[in-house]
Parts: sequence; structure tokens; C-alpha cells
Amino acid sequence: MSTIYILWLRQLKRFVRSRSRMIGSLGQPLLFLVALGFGFGPVFQKAGQGNYVQFLAPGIVAMTVLFTSIFSGIEIIWDRQFGFLKETLVAPVSRLNIMIGRTLGGATVAVLQGCIVFLITLIAGFRPMDWTLLPAALGFMILIALLFTALGTAIASVLDDFHGFQLIMNFVVMPLFFLSGALFPLDDLPRILSVITRLNPLSYGVDGLRGTLVSGAHFGLGLDLGILAAITAFLLILGSYLFSKIQI
Amino acid sequence: MPIISVKNLTKKFKAFTAVDDISFDVEKGEIFAFLGPNGAGKTTTIKILTTLRQPTSGSIRLDDKDPAEDPEGVRRSFGIVFQDPSVDDELTAFENMEFHGVLYGMEKTLRRKRIEQLLTFVGLWDRKDDILNVFSGGMKRRLEIARGLLHHPKVLFLDEPTVGLDPQTRNHIWEYIQRLNREEGVTIFFTTHYMEEAARVASQIAVIDHGKILKQGSAQELKKATNTDSLEQAFLSLTGSGIREEEAGSIDHLRMRHRLWTRR
Repeated sequence: MSTIYILWLRQLKRFVRSRSRMIGSLGQPLLFLVALGFGFGPVFQKAGQGNYVQFLAPGIVAMTVLFTSIFSGIEIIWDRQFGFLKETLVAPVSRLNIMIGRTLGGATVAVLQGCIVFLITLIAGFRPMDWTLLPAALGFMILIALLFTALGTAIASVLDDFHGFQLIMNFVVMPLFFLSGALFPLDDLPRILSVITRLNPLSYGVDGLRGTLVSGAHFGLGLDLGILAAITAFLLILGSYLFSKIQI
Repeated sequence: MPIISVKNLTKKFKAFTAVDDISFDVEKGEIFAFLGPNGAGKTTTIKILTTLRQPTSGSIRLDDKDPAEDPEGVRRSFGIVFQDPSVDDELTAFENMEFHGVLYGMEKTLRRKRIEQLLTFVGLWDRKDDILNVFSGGMKRRLEIARGLLHHPKVLFLDEPTVGLDPQTRNHIWEYIQRLNREEGVTIFFTTHYMEEAARVASQIAVIDHGKILKQGSAQELKKATNTDSLEQAFLSLTGSGIREEEAGSIDHLRMRHRLWTRR
């Protein structure tokens, strides 16, 4: 228990201290919100889909949680290269507890970031339909955060160094985001895109957030919750297994 | 019964054999020096003994436990100061110590008492609340050693512990380690490139090169066997005087990128 707590605390301390990193990672969602939200707003409106910022905001919150949590997981590569991972791996504690502590820490940081961006979307004019559903939206954020921290951990456990990082960025993180329905409605998509978005776990996260914050879930909240929970559980088990196999 | 017993240990990385069929015992309460040129296989051996790597073949007992079968049990018996940095640069000195103490399940009063004692000992107590990225290399090294001494294990591994430290600090730290060995019976297993250090403190010395143990014995015995009058000469006569290449490069590259990354 104390192992999990101290590892969680470490992640949080690192987050709070690196203010430049925190502010830096807010830049991207802000840019997307302003450029896309206001840029495509008129077209979206003309197409009869309503207010684009209202549509986009949950997607941007999901994007923030996605990026932060995947990078928290991938931070293991840094810890491996800069030695700190060794310190935890030779300690007389189970690797499962180390993995749980790290994942909870990374997920907490990601949810905090998500909340900050949520507040920013309010400034940009976003208004949740039903404030009482906010706790449910928070629940979806937590699931997204856990899922992708575990995915980041799993990926980082099999990568030896930084060289694979760009690859992950271009072939995992970006596609996850762009092909998720964060930016566009999932109705009436070309067949191929419709299949891909259905296979993307983030689609269900975005849908869950949109369903609770704005209403009008594409898949339905029950399905969103079920699929996210199942994939999260699977990735936590996979991540723990791969993490337990790390050799330095 | 020896506290560390290694039999026919081999570690291969693809075509390269880092450790080639070595066997040795370390007795309880001994100070054991493991000497060899760069790339001889010292660090790989330590990594296998400390459960960070799996051997290709051979058997190991550490405190009567097998690292391959019972890694957690083995981890309870040893402590280690690594050759490369392993402190967290974004935490304070105190937090690094505290983190270690909690991971090793130290009870709070003892933990706090030892942290103060050790940080004072390495001259970092008044800097305890500073984040490590303002520390010099020597200060980080001192912290690293203090952290390794926090919980008193049965076996303490020290992989080139005093590299980059001035002679004053080196003596100071060795005095502490020798006292730990004398008073609490902690077995010390260390590597170093400072031969006079090994000659002074070690009761047993093994010289390893190209993954094989060339000679083992006390400093006296090694000198006698090689017909030399200092350990340094004995070492050179055993391992030759050719200069070794050490693998490097990618880590420096990465450090630079990391800096860019954190300032993003």
C-alpha cells in the first residue's frame, strides 16, 4: 500500500513542479479549440449541426487526457535511461504494486489536466447541458486516463530507448486522436472510417464525455462504459505483465 | 556457508559473451572487491546478482535464495549503489531518501533518524529541500551513496561508488562503509578502478577480464602470484595494458533530448 502511495505521490510532485511542462501541454488543446472551434464553426453551423465549440469541447478534453496519460506511461523510458527505474526495480516490493502506483499517478495527473482544459473550454463559451452529469463525465475521464496510462506503460516496457518514441507519436497517439470522433461527428462516415473509429477505444471515451456533457451519445453511454472498462482491464493486465518482464 | 555463491555463471548478448562461466563465493562479513578493466563484465555480474537481469546459464545463491526463483526474497537481502545515476532529478534530496526508505519498508522514526544522520554525514543536510537539478555531479553521487546506506542490508553492492569524488570524500565514505561492515556485519561487494582503495579495504579480491575471473585472493596473494609489489602492477600484469573501449554515446544524446523535452 505504501509503495503504491509513494509512487503515486512522486508522479504528482513531478507534475506540480514542472510548471513549464504543465503550461506547455495546455498549449495544444487551446490551439485546437480556438483554431478549429472558431475556424470551422460557421461551416458546421451552415451544415445544420449546431454550435461547433459545443461539439468539439468534449473531444478536446479527451485529447488532453489521452496525451497526458500516454506520456505518463511512456515516462518509464526516461526512468529507465536516467536510472531511476533501477532504484524501484531492486526494491523489495512487487512489480505489480510499482505498476499500479505509477498508473494511478499518471492517470491522476491526466485527469487534473483534463479538468484544467475543461475550465478553459468554459471560458471559450462551452456550456454543459446538465451540470448534474458532471461526475459521470469525470468518471469517463478517469477511465480514459487509466486506459491510456496502461497502454503507455505497456509500450514503454517493450521499448529500450527513445528511438521508438517518434514512431509511437505518429502511428499510435495521433491516429488515436484524429480517428476518434473528437473532431467530427461519427454519423454517415465512409465505410472504412466508420470501421476504424469503431475499433478505436478513444472513440468510446469521447462519446462518453460528449454524451454526459452535451447529450447525444453515438454509441450509447452503456456501451461506451462497458467497452472502456473492458479494454482498461485488459491493458492493465497486459501492462503489468510486460512491466514485470523488464530487464535492465 | 557463503552469503553469495556463484557457480558457472554465463551471460550472453547475442554473439557477445559478457560473463563467461565464472564461479566464486563471498563469505559472510567479507569486503569483496571485484576488479576489472572497462567492459570486463563487472556490472553485468552485479545486475544478475541483483535480479535486474536473467543469466543465460549457471546458478546463484544470495543469502540462500535464488534470484531467478525468488527475486523479491533476494531483494530483501541486499542494497546497492549503482554505477550510473539513479536518483530522481525532479525530487528533493530529502524526498529521494524518503522514497527509498518507504520502498524498503523502514519504520518512520528510524527512517527519519537515519536520513538526517546520513545527509549530515555526506554534507547535504542543509540542502535537503533543494531539488536535485541544481546539484553538482559530486553532490548527486554523495546523495546516491547516502541513499544506498539508508537501510542496512545483509549484502551491500557498490558499483564504482567513489568515482568522481575527491580523496577526502572517498576516505570519509569508506570509513563509514568499513564501520557498517565491522559493527553490523554487512557483507560488502564492490567494484572500483582505484587500486589503492581495493588494496586498503578489501579482504578478498577477484580480477575479472573478458568475462572470466583471472585470479582471486587477498591483495598479498595477488601480488605474490604475479611477482609484483603493488596491486596496481598485479592488476596490469593480469589484464595487460591495452586500453579498452567502453560503450557510450546514446545516453548523452538522450540526456540532451530529455532537456528539450522537459522544457517543452
